Amino acid sequence: MQNQLLAPPIQSKLDTRSAAFEENRNAMLEKLEEIENLLDEAEAGGGPASHERLAKRGKLPVRERIALALDPDSPFLEISSLAGYNSSYAVGGGAVLGIGVIAGIECVIFANDPTVLGGALTPYVGKKWMRALEIARDNGIPYVSFVESAGADLRRRGSSEKKDGNATAGAARIDHFAETGRFFYEMIELSKLEIPTVCVVFGSSTAGGAYQPGMSDYNIMIREQSKVFLAGPPLVKMATGEESDDETLGGAQMHSEISGLGEYFAEDERDALRLCREVVSHLNWRKAGPGPTAAAAPPLLDPEELLGIVSPDLKRPVDVRDVIGRIVDGSRFEEFKPRYGRTLICGWASIDGYPIGILGNNGVIYPESAEKAAHFVQLCNQIDVPLLFLQNLTGFIVGREFEHAGIIKKGSQMLNAVTNSTVPHITVIFGASYGAGTYAMSGRAFNNRFTFIWPTAKIAVMGGKQIAGVMSLVRRGQAARKGEPFDEEADAMIRAAVEAAQEKGSVALEASGAISDDGIIDPRDTRTVLGICLSVVRNKPIEGTDGYGVFRL
Amino acid sequence: MSFNTLLIANRGEIARRVIRTAHEMGIRCVAVYTDADVDAGFVADADESVRLSTSYLDGKAILKAARLTGAQAIHPGYGFLAENAAFATDVEAAGLTWVGPTPETIAKMGDKLEAKALAEAAGVPVLPGSIDTQHADKIGYPLLVKAAAGGGGKGMRVVASAAELDDAIAAAKREAAHGFGDDRVFLERYVARARHIEIQILGDAHGGLVHLGERECSIQRRHQKIVEESPSPRVDATLREAMGQAATRLAGALAYRSAGTVEFLLDDETGEFYFLEVNTRLQVEHPVTEAVTGIDLVREQLRIAAGEKLGYGQDAIQFHGAAIEVRLYAEDPANQFLPAIGTLIAFEPATSPLARWDSGVEAGTTVTTDFDPMLAKVIVHAETRHEAAGRLALVLESSHIGGVVTNRDFLAAVLRTPEFLAGDTTTDFIERVAPPRTLALSAEELEQLARVAALFLQGANRANAPVWGSAPSGWRNGRMPLQSSVFVWHEEKITVAYRTLRDGSFRFADASQARVHLWKPDSIDVEITGRRFRSRISRLGDSLIVHGPRGDVTLRIQPRFELPGEEEVSGGLVAPMPGKVIELRVSIGDRVRAGDTLILLEAMKMEHPMNATEDGVVTEVLVSQGEQVENGALLLVVEPEDGGDS
Repeated sequence: MQNQLLAPPIQSKLDTRSAAFEENRNAMLEKLEEIENLLDEAEAGGGPASHERLAKRGKLPVRERIALALDPDSPFLEISSLAGYNSSYAVGGGAVLGIGVIAGIECVIFANDPTVLGGALTPYVGKKWMRALEIARDNGIPYVSFVESAGADLRRRGSSEKKDGNATAGAARIDHFAETGRFFYEMIELSKLEIPTVCVVFGSSTAGGAYQPGMSDYNIMIREQSKVFLAGPPLVKMATGEESDDETLGGAQMHSEISGLGEYFAEDERDALRLCREVVSHLNWRKAGPGPTAAAAPPLLDPEELLGIVSPDLKRPVDVRDVIGRIVDGSRFEEFKPRYGRTLICGWASIDGYPIGILGNNGVIYPESAEKAAHFVQLCNQIDVPLLFLQNLTGFIVGREFEHAGIIKKGSQMLNAVTNSTVPHITVIFGASYGAGTYAMSGRAFNNRFTFIWPTAKIAVMGGKQIAGVMSLVRRGQAARKGEPFDEEADAMIRAAVEAAQEKGSVALEASGAISDDGIIDPRDTRTVLGICLSVVRNKPIEGTDGYGVFRL
Repeated sequence: MSFNTLLIANRGEIARRVIRTAHEMGIRCVAVYTDADVDAGFVADADESVRLSTSYLDGKAILKAARLTGAQAIHPGYGFLAENAAFATDVEAAGLTWVGPTPETIAKMGDKLEAKALAEAAGVPVLPGSIDTQHADKIGYPLLVKAAAGGGGKGMRVVASAAELDDAIAAAKREAAHGFGDDRVFLERYVARARHIEIQILGDAHGGLVHLGERECSIQRRHQKIVEESPSPRVDATLREAMGQAATRLAGALAYRSAGTVEFLLDDETGEFYFLEVNTRLQVEHPVTEAVTGIDLVREQLRIAAGEKLGYGQDAIQFHGAAIEVRLYAEDPANQFLPAIGTLIAFEPATSPLARWDSGVEAGTTVTTDFDPMLAKVIVHAETRHEAAGRLALVLESSHIGGVVTNRDFLAAVLRTPEFLAGDTTTDFIERVAPPRTLALSAEELEQLARVAALFLQGANRANAPVWGSAPSGWRNGRMPLQSSVFVWHEEKITVAYRTLRDGSFRFADASQARVHLWKPDSIDVEITGRRFRSRISRLGDSLIVHGPRGDVTLRIQPRFELPGEEEVSGGLVAPMPGKVIELRVSIGDRVRAGDTLILLEAMKMEHPMNATEDGVVTEVLVSQGEQVENGALLLVVEPEDGGDS
């Protein structure tokens, strides 16, 4: 292998026998257990009764369908497995999304879970679906969908509201039909971009849903099971008075023999999955990016220890090198400008033999940290190396000294570089992710390819204490201006309440539940997840940019 | 030595065996081969080889090959032309040296009736018998019908009562005519508890004559030997002396030259022995005699053929230890020992403990119905018979063999029976002792081997993964079904479901765990619930041959997906073995009754009736008379009758 990094392994100063380590580890394990339980919930989908109904009809649960489509013993990277957490919808959100290997080819798989509201298109299903299409488009990998959907969720609208009735459902309330249907546009675009779309129709795919097969390059339909029509018999009866039945209106046989909407006719679900694998195998798929260019040596430092690095109290400092050393090949890391802008660690490493440039926070971003980061991002674009952002920051530094030093200018330089960077970005939020720093560190809104979050991480505009404190200061100022006495007791109560609410809203599970990231990962899986992502991004060429906006220098 | 180039008019293990000794003696070897053997080991072993466009029975072509290559002598091995007096005559007439007895001796001993008369004349006890099939009652039942020109059990029938006699004679005649071109048969008394004991003789052209003691070959299936040993546990020094003398008396009367074998039937109860026949060739089982006497019989044959004197007398013959040979056959003990065909996916004799393997096959060899389905002879020589039996069983169990059904497990089972170890071996051993015909695996052992296989496949899947090869096997960050493999073993489905744990170990559905210590493309070293398996594994297509502690288990990998429309035809008559349709007794539309013979299939020169399993009407005939069919081939279809009309 060429391009073997010559840098030495990171020497970790982490004391794994300390009380703090043990405490951190226990807190992390506790959180992981909670997540494990939620994953069980996600698997249960619509519950045992609906699973039984499915089994009675000889149908496979959605996860079994996916497993059968995948190459045996190959991994499956599930995306947003806890979508819908703390909402009135089932955890998982009624669809399974992930990246898997079919016939040796990395594919996005988006599959309706028929046990959840009959696979209806809920807001969560919609958001997951959009994410699926985005992953296919950004990374240039085939899009495989397993469709079985009752169609639009007619019973509920705008209902991503929380179970506890918190009024955070504003976004859903302004979601109008007029704006919907972008999925179909995206699907057509994929085909245009030479990204094949393969659709297996496992059940109903009606009305708007009918365009899923309609917009796919390949459709596989199942005997006496697939039903694809613009309107089902009841609606047809309502509209035209015509009497019809499912099979003649839109059954697999009809579409395979008469309408021509179905390319492949499957005898049953297993047969459909066989055909799906066959179709993918003929795609003549060639990854654009180079394969691994270095040897994939496991880290010298034990990834198990990742459990004890981060404290649940995110104010406790963490040396991001302790994280890097436990996820990169051979723990080797070549640090860039180690003596400059020390709160933002930059440097080169590789994962599974894929070279990466890493930006990792060691706390708040200072002007020189931002400047260093901007420089580093440009270097990686110059040499076509993907970027890994390891987020743990409370934001950009504030205060007179730093405003004078041009923290806004320097921060903007960093944002400019990150925004215009065209090498793939992958972001892992392992600690705090607050404020504009979230964006600068290639957060979700900054077109990164993937965002994953550790269980104890938090993401918000700022920390709960800070928000509560700021609001208290504002109230105190108002009282002073009005000359009113300040009720310290009431203020303390309000502060505590605001802080608690803010903290609750910022936890990883909330973000993940809202599909604001690609999912919570076990810290020990970080290397595996990144290795998979670095392979996936290589389906498209890795090409850095040479053009940026105006750098405020 | 009067010759320096030897042509071996044979194939397989015996050709290799002869070449080995000839080479040791500095003699060049010429092999002849037919198209079926173009890649065979013996062809590679020879210094030169000549293709036969016909068969190993084509004497003219063989003589031509000898002329072409300058061979001055011909060793016929066993079978084929080994006991063909006409060919031996032609060889000598061509001025070449025939490694074997004189053509006259071959001719005399080839005729079983004449041989019997000669033996009787030489004072060797013979069994009551008659060429006149009317004398059956005088001989008494049960009796044997044997082909006059026969050997190797072909054309032989045991008849229990007068009612069966006519059919048995007819069948024997047919087989004899087919097999030897001579349909004469004779009757002979059948000894119920008999042992097959034979005396190895060596005679030179100068009157030198010795016997090398006995071999016992009582354990037979379908009248063919599968376990042979020397000495016999039933033969003591006195009996050995008596039998040896009888054999040398007959050999002396014949002025016997070269190696030969005088076969006797020993009545286990009385200890009386009766002459059966003389085999005027090197026997398959000669290695056990070589082991206990230290005499290389091929070397002696070549020396004698070259005109040398034996150079030693009977007193010089010493016996040491015990030797046992088993014949490893491509056959299915569970299915009446019928021949099996296919490709040997695995053929790796155990390297330890020590054994002599005389074999003509290797991994990749295709076993067909063209030739005798013997794959190898395995011979162990030890201080005691008990040790030899144990070691030989262990050698068999430790070898990695599969792809074709063999009798390996059965042979190991025979060697481990208390009856065998006690020396209680009679010709009815297999029926009487009934050792397990196949590897007796407990459900638990089978499960464990299936787990070994599943983890092996898992390793292969990961090693061959085009992407994500560094990621842990079956890694998931959400809930997904377990990883799994499904195998089929003798129509039994075994599902192995497992999950990879974070530490790289595996957990099965029942929560037991395994750890793979080393995976290689051809083996796995794995610990399953504390039990370590270092398994050699071979794979061809969907067949996986997994070597376990007591032998190999062949698991068929159940494909994850079945192609639609693959259904079995019901009411079909399927060939139980590869063979040739020698008689097609029905045609489409014929009404048949359960038990009716519809087709006569011939395999390995034996006839096998294919009978209707139920009443019905023949709706399809997929073969024609004379057609060669594969094992499992659908022959014809009988639509069952709904009853009612007759």
